[in-house]
Amino acid sequence: MIDLSTRWLGLKLKHPIFPGASPLVDDLDTVKKLEDAGASAITMHSLFEEQLVAEQLAAHRFLDGPADAFAEAPSWLPSTGDFKLGPDAYLEQVSRIRRAVDLPVIGSLNGTTPGGWLKYAKLIEQAGAHALELNLYDLPGDPKVPGADVEHQQLDVIRQVQESIRIPVAVKLSPFYSSLPAFVAKLEHAGVAGLVLFNRLYQPDLDVETLSLKRVLSLSDRSELLLRLRWLAILSPHTRMTLACSGGVHEPVDVVKALMAGAQVTQVVSAVLHHGPQMVSLLLDGLRRFLEEHEYASIAQLSGSMNLARCPDPSGYERTNYVKLLQSWHGGG
Amino acid sequence: MPSPRFVTLDANEAVASVAYRLSEVIALYPITPASPMGEACDEWSAASRPNLWNQVPQTVEMQSEGGAAGAVHGALQGGALATTFTASQGLLLMLPNMFKIAGELSPFVVHVAARTVATHGLSIFCDHSDVMAARTTGFAMLCASSVQEAQDFAAISHAATLEARVPFLHFFDGFRTSHEYARVVSIDDDTLKGLVSDEALSAFRARKLTPDAPVIRGTAQNPDTFFQAREAANRWHDAVPGHVQRTMERFAAATGRQYRLFERFGHPEPERVIIAMGSATGALQETVDWLVTRGEKVAGVVVRLFRPFDVEAFVATLPASVQRLAVLDRTKEPGAVGEPLFQDVVTALAEVGRAIPVIGGRYGLSSKEFTPAMARAVFDELNKPTPRRRFTVGITDDVTGLSLPFDEAFDLEPPETVRALFYGLGSDGTVSSNKQTIKIIGEYAGHEAQGFFVYDSKKAGAVTVSHLRFGPRPIRSTYKIRHASFVACHYAPLLERHDVLATAAPGATFLLNTATPAERAFEALPREAQRQVLEKGLRFFVIDAFKVASQAGLGRHISAVMQTCFFELSGVLPKDEARARIREAVEKAYGKRGSEVVERNHRAIELTLANLRSVPLGSAGSGRPRPPTVPQAAPDFVQRVTATMLRGEGDLLPVSAFPVDGTWPTGTTKWERRAIALEIPTWDEALCIQCNKCALICPHASIRSQLIDPAGLTAAPEGFVTTDFRSKELGTAPSGAPWKYALQVAPDDCTGCGLCVQVCPARDKATPRHKAIDMAPVEPLRERERRNWAFFETLPSIDRAAVKDDVKASQFLEPLFEFSGACAGCGETPYLKLLTQLVGDRLLIANATGCTSIYGGNLPTTPYTTNRDGRGPAWANSLFEDNAEFGYGLSLSVEAQQTQARLLLTALANQLPAALVDGLLTASQDTEAAIAEQRARVQALKEALKSLRGDDARRLGLVADMLVKKSVWLVGGDGWAYDIGFGGLDHVLSTGAPVKALVLDTEVYSNTGGQQSKATPLGASAKFAVAGKAQGKKDLGLLAMSYGNAYVASIALGAKDGQALKALREAEAFPGPALVIAYSHCIAHAFDLKLGAEQQRLAVESGIWPLYRFDPRRTEAGEPPLQLDSPAPKLKARDFMKNEGRFRLVELKDAKRYAALLDAADAHAARRRALYEQLARVHPVTKERQP
Repeated sequence: MIDLSTRWLGLKLKHPIFPGASPLVDDLDTVKKLEDAGASAITMHSLFEEQLVAEQLAAHRFLDGPADAFAEAPSWLPSTGDFKLGPDAYLEQVSRIRRAVDLPVIGSLNGTTPGGWLKYAKLIEQAGAHALELNLYDLPGDPKVPGADVEHQQLDVIRQVQESIRIPVAVKLSPFYSSLPAFVAKLEHAGVAGLVLFNRLYQPDLDVETLSLKRVLSLSDRSELLLRLRWLAILSPHTRMTLACSGGVHEPVDVVKALMAGAQVTQVVSAVLHHGPQMVSLLLDGLRRFLEEHEYASIAQLSGSMNLARCPDPSGYERTNYVKLLQSWHGGG
Repeated sequence: MPSPRFVTLDANEAVASVAYRLSEVIALYPITPASPMGEACDEWSAASRPNLWNQVPQTVEMQSEGGAAGAVHGALQGGALATTFTASQGLLLMLPNMFKIAGELSPFVVHVAARTVATHGLSIFCDHSDVMAARTTGFAMLCASSVQEAQDFAAISHAATLEARVPFLHFFDGFRTSHEYARVVSIDDDTLKGLVSDEALSAFRARKLTPDAPVIRGTAQNPDTFFQAREAANRWHDAVPGHVQRTMERFAAATGRQYRLFERFGHPEPERVIIAMGSATGALQETVDWLVTRGEKVAGVVVRLFRPFDVEAFVATLPASVQRLAVLDRTKEPGAVGEPLFQDVVTALAEVGRAIPVIGGRYGLSSKEFTPAMARAVFDELNKPTPRRRFTVGITDDVTGLSLPFDEAFDLEPPETVRALFYGLGSDGTVSSNKQTIKIIGEYAGHEAQGFFVYDSKKAGAVTVSHLRFGPRPIRSTYKIRHASFVACHYAPLLERHDVLATAAPGATFLLNTATPAERAFEALPREAQRQVLEKGLRFFVIDAFKVASQAGLGRHISAVMQTCFFELSGVLPKDEARARIREAVEKAYGKRGSEVVERNHRAIELTLANLRSVPLGSAGSGRPRPPTVPQAAPDFVQRVTATMLRGEGDLLPVSAFPVDGTWPTGTTKWERRAIALEIPTWDEALCIQCNKCALICPHASIRSQLIDPAGLTAAPEGFVTTDFRSKELGTAPSGAPWKYALQVAPDDCTGCGLCVQVCPARDKATPRHKAIDMAPVEPLRERERRNWAFFETLPSIDRAAVKDDVKASQFLEPLFEFSGACAGCGETPYLKLLTQLVGDRLLIANATGCTSIYGGNLPTTPYTTNRDGRGPAWANSLFEDNAEFGYGLSLSVEAQQTQARLLLTALANQLPAALVDGLLTASQDTEAAIAEQRARVQALKEALKSLRGDDARRLGLVADMLVKKSVWLVGGDGWAYDIGFGGLDHVLSTGAPVKALVLDTEVYSNTGGQQSKATPLGASAKFAVAGKAQGKKDLGLLAMSYGNAYVASIALGAKDGQALKALREAEAFPGPALVIAYSHCIAHAFDLKLGAEQQRLAVESGIWPLYRFDPRRTEAGEPPLQLDSPAPKLKARDFMKNEGRFRLVELKDAKRYAALLDAADAHAARRRALYEQLARVHPVTKERQP
């Protein structure tokens, strides 16, 4: 019997495949279907502090602003007494999912201010989340702020969150750091329990006809896995934190690769959004089949087997790979 | 007796709370000022709040007050306890059912926030003309004078009607009482239960219509029996006063508040007595108390039960000492011997043989103030040897001399009452925070408290004035504050337009929100204000509230800042406690918005304390004098009358200043120049592609384009910008030079909405953020643009006959609708402006009541204007419900006069040039050129008629202008067209008459605050559809198409302006009825209206708002009459709905239901599309194409 179990943020999971942060959790029926399909954990979609704040202020502006301004109309919309602005709906959904499924539930928070991080992290913990994923989606645009300062601020926030809650914390990173291994080491030092590699940064497109920006949401494809594999392979030998691969996992073999590169778990979103919750069971079956066919005894045996420390040709992960690839491509042309 | 629980609320809420708990069926229709009662009931019902019998009342919105009355009538017959709320015209629409309900002795209460019935003009304000029109219905009429009484009498009337079986009309004064915030003792459920007789309730149930014990009601009766049967109910009516008084006794036993049918106050042996009812009795009682303490033998009698009028109880209030009586009526009955209460009093005295001289007077029409000075004037009149038998008080009647003089300066308010006045902008939260302040002081500090709020008639840049009183003693001052101990001006520019300090009492505190630092604040005041500060010895403080609010992340929402300042300076509460209470109030008010809003307001409170400054006073005369209210160039009437009203001094105008029949000059908004924009568009002529879309979308006609003959630019001020006109289509200017093009903003009339910039398609290639127009702060530009605008206005209009028929060219036509008081970013007004550009000089508008009539015809200034020839839209509002019929009548009248003109012309043909007559009778008038030719012919005819003698020539002269084509348009919103006026619209469309309807569809009742109509779309939250409307929007266009003889179009200017223009042109040209339904984004949709055009595009592209034109003329050409002008939906409903608060609220309330509503909205759009596609392929059978 192959041991599929693994660990993520100190939680024991029955296997390494579960959905990443996504709107899949908005519907309780879908969450139950994910459980039925065998998902080993549920990750909430990110609570976006900016979005919450923007919506509260919009309500304040468009509902309270015009109120009591005109003799005939003290307001323009019904009283919103029992409407939920702010994190309530999100927190209720955390609690609801906790009650509905027998799986670890991982909250996800995308904050922008020290106050917001702390406040919402606490609330998510109180709502019953087993762990918390902090999404460090930051776009430093100020030329006066050096990279070290950005990293310093992020670490500050993470330390404060760590101190304010008891549940384990994962950090979801972008790949864009001057020295990702050094930053990761600092995160580990700060007590972070796991890393999610990587955030998929939704990039706006340009509309060249209207000279405007277009918001586009594109699902991941398998090409995105390669970036994750490389960094999982580079980072995993140096850290005791558990690592999740997020982005580009569409086939069972992708799960295998992610684990081999050093992940303990894989998060899947695009594939599930595309094919439905049953995708989890397809991936799981495929993983199990691979392990059987290749006579692996456990996930532990697989995990990290192809990382920088253990793979046969570590230079493939390094800079020379770029040179080789370009040369072969040129030659092939 | 339970210990009293104090609450602070207005009468609407207090009454609704009682009525709701004592009802099972509540049928409603929104009307000012009664709407909040229905809305409160609907919200409680939506929240499943039970009534006294643990049942959630059914709250239903009907299509009109007539419908609401019919529904409650049916509910009563079915044995359910029913109620409704209404006012004014709404009550009049209920009258037929009220006769029936009373005739059938059905226990029922209608609660009326008394409001003026429209006569020479409409008024949303208070008098008793509506309830007096109902006094023949057989209803008992119980009048409350205060917020406390309104609550208590609601309970008493519900209880008494059950026992009396006679239905009740419970009324209180609209706005003055309905909207007054006051500290009152609430009534708990047990008290209410104790009032209601189980026995009477059981008897009511037993009388219900049921097939289990069938009876018949509503029979038709003949002369032999009707009369006697009508008299059969006499005893029930006779018994009402006894029931009411007994209920009042029971109420007193339960609450300690004793009321009587008539109550006298004042001297025990009065010689002079004033009789009145309603809120005026508050001021009357104050005056009586004051006079009695000065030894005068005066008293007042307040009438509570007006119908049935209990002679015995009334006369008992008048001791033998009474020598003279004055009766005050808040209504006017032209031609009557006296007003209703006066007549009842005279009759009652005659009945009992009391020969007391009685004089009668009118007061308070349309909420005209009734003050102690006026009450004193009436007592003074009674003291005269020969008092006037009929009088008015509160105005200066210099025509018929009826008015009593009164001392404007008279003040008797006790000094311990804190009186605070706050001048704010509608959008700054001043009124909302003052309501909180009253609650804080009333409920926490235990003071008596009163708040009354005055609004101007504008929706953009509205000015509000809050009148707050606090004190240890009951507050009976039912009039605006005349001497304030605290005056706050929340927007410094108001000092330029209003005499803000006129009401400041000596030694008062003056708080000003200004960006000017404290050390320079005094010298920045207008000279007049400086003088007042010094002469009255005011304490002067400033704060830069916009800066503080902005620092706290609240934009321009300064309410918490100014509220904090008030408590700091007024000393009403200890400072620490005040701050704590403000913080609590913020949490209560904004907690539902989320913690961020609360925290930012808390931050604002903290920042306020560090920014409030005392102002050192300087010397008088260092400031600039206040600018004239209107420019010198304004006409005499505007100078004398309009300007006085604009200054807020309309009360001072005498009767002689006014037209006798409600006829006013048009085109007066241009003199107002409100200067409310903080930013205005600036033009980069090099970048501009001259598409004119900015001018098209501008809701206030404050950005305009013009073609200019360079020869006319010699007088242009420095900085007036033009550029070469890019198109050759108009050839050269009259001087032979190429045309120049200019885009000009009216800096004092722009509202700064930003719609123009949003729709501007011309971006700078290198810096696309920069467009051909960008918004920029107004102040550095104001003076230059004022000069430019003044010059722009002098430029000659382009020849209408020369311009092409496209969107760009349409904006070279002069708009004859400008600078209205509509909301900044309004989605309705661009259509009206375009209509006036197309046909404004021959346009008659019948305007349904609603937003369109308020920004279209609410004084002091009105936006429909004239061209240089003095022609422009003639506009009238009849009612809400009858607009189509009213416009049809206008059309018939036009037709009648045109027929008359043709007959006379034919009769005089042999005396006139044959070519002229032939041209006048047969010219097509299908183009602007042809119309211009016809105008020339009419002018020639008038010249020719001068030399003719005889009646025919004279009569033809009177109607000759009608030989130029006229255009009658019905204008209104969806509440009119889809609901209350649908029957009339339907009928008028069926007649085939050439009447055109422009429905400005905001999908809710916008003017009364966003109640759902049958135009409200699936998934939207609106009042009476709190959880989101589950039914699809009524397809008004499809219904109109079913006649086959009407032109029908659905348009959305922001989505496809060319189609909208074409539809309006085609509707105008169609030789029959036309209906154009125009998508109009609205403040009630809750989004940033500068994005209105974009939302219109999304509505169209998602299929939510299909564009089409249905032209019956195409049938004859063998074409399907319906043409679809928008493609099949390429977006989902979500893409449109996600951007608007009205949908988002539904999602927040129940995401799963919202998801289902989104699917339903897509399905609804798809079904509608499929149906239209089929219809667009239908080739109707014609004579030529028989099967």
